[in-house]
Amino acid sequence: MSAPLYQIGLFGDSTNLLLAMMLGIGFGFFLERGGLGSARKLTAQFYFTDMSVFKVMFSAIVTAMLGLFWLSWFGFLDLSLIHTLPTYLVPQVVGGLLFGAGFVVGGYCPGTSCIAVSTGKGDGYVHLLGMIAGIVLFGEMFPILEGFYNSTPVGEITLPQLVGVTPNVAMFFIILMALGGFALAGRIERRRSI
Amino acid sequence: MNSTMLKSKFFTRIVNRSTETTGRIAEPYWNPYYAGIGIGMVLLSAFVIAGRGLGASGAFTALVAVGVEKVAPHHAATNAFYRSYLGDGTTSPLKDWLVFEIVGVLIGGYVSGVLAGRVASVVEKGPGISSGARLGYAFFGGIAMGFGSKLARGCTSGQGLTGGALMSVGSWAFMIAVFVGGYATAYFVRREWL
Repeated sequence: MSAPLYQIGLFGDSTNLLLAMMLGIGFGFFLERGGLGSARKLTAQFYFTDMSVFKVMFSAIVTAMLGLFWLSWFGFLDLSLIHTLPTYLVPQVVGGLLFGAGFVVGGYCPGTSCIAVSTGKGDGYVHLLGMIAGIVLFGEMFPILEGFYNSTPVGEITLPQLVGVTPNVAMFFIILMALGGFALAGRIERRRSI
Repeated sequence: MNSTMLKSKFFTRIVNRSTETTGRIAEPYWNPYYAGIGIGMVLLSAFVIAGRGLGASGAFTALVAVGVEKVAPHHAATNAFYRSYLGDGTTSPLKDWLVFEIVGVLIGGYVSGVLAGRVASVVEKGPGISSGARLGYAFFGGIAMGFGSKLARGCTSGQGLTGGALMSVGSWAFMIAVFVGGYATAYFVRREWL
């Protein structure tokens, strides 16, 4: 095993931060290339006229997921050093619903609002300010929210563990679902553009 | 005036308008699948280099925590949410992987926007709404999104992309909830976009 490079001690903290910035540059570049710095293109997802949000997100997830699989298969990447995020089911679903509503009302998500800001969109600046206000609001309410925030903990559980199959089988079905979703997204867009 | 002249006048006006705002005609966006594969490769690189995935809302939470601590140090110290972002005081909370990554996102988005002629001071909105109203929506949408992202322990980057590729149950539940929340709200704000 020779990766993750930071975990095996190939470089220190300052280099890690510099590399974080380089990775961010790549992330921002591709987000803008795909048109995800535009509120109209982002929200068109919710009116079925442009399915780019779905296409970009799921092709990115499938690419990274397959890459993780192959790199660990070859013995290059030690997956045990990468933490799966812990699940708190109910607060995450409620947070997601609120987030989705905020997405279509505000026009951006946190990462894409950065692209909007750096490409000069006035509504992007205001959205980002609103987001910061929302985080402050959450922080100020945290003492009364803490119980709910930590409720329904399920641990670092993955989809294959939940269903009781091997990660390879889960991956196969996720890819199948993604391909089906891509085909459906294309059909919806073609129907809507007539 | 014949139709060819009318047509050419029409196109000249479009060209003039786009050169007024962007300096030149904006290039079309990439095929979303190419952008998605690009983001997937950056995400995979983050796993290989730093042993962690991409994020966005966490960087702004670090900023908020530092801001609150500057204004009201005692208040921040007694709040478990802010405290978890402030660390033990040995290093600056802004020397954070996600903060550096987000600086990169801003740079990468700007570079891509400049190269494609897409940097322009505009407010993105549908034709049936004023810019002022759109900015109001952007602010309130931002608040809901910031609050929701904290309740869900991450956003479309940290939960959606990173947790999605790791097949985390909470991340997939969050993402489904985001789309449900977005589609459920879209009808009520259709005047903002359509």
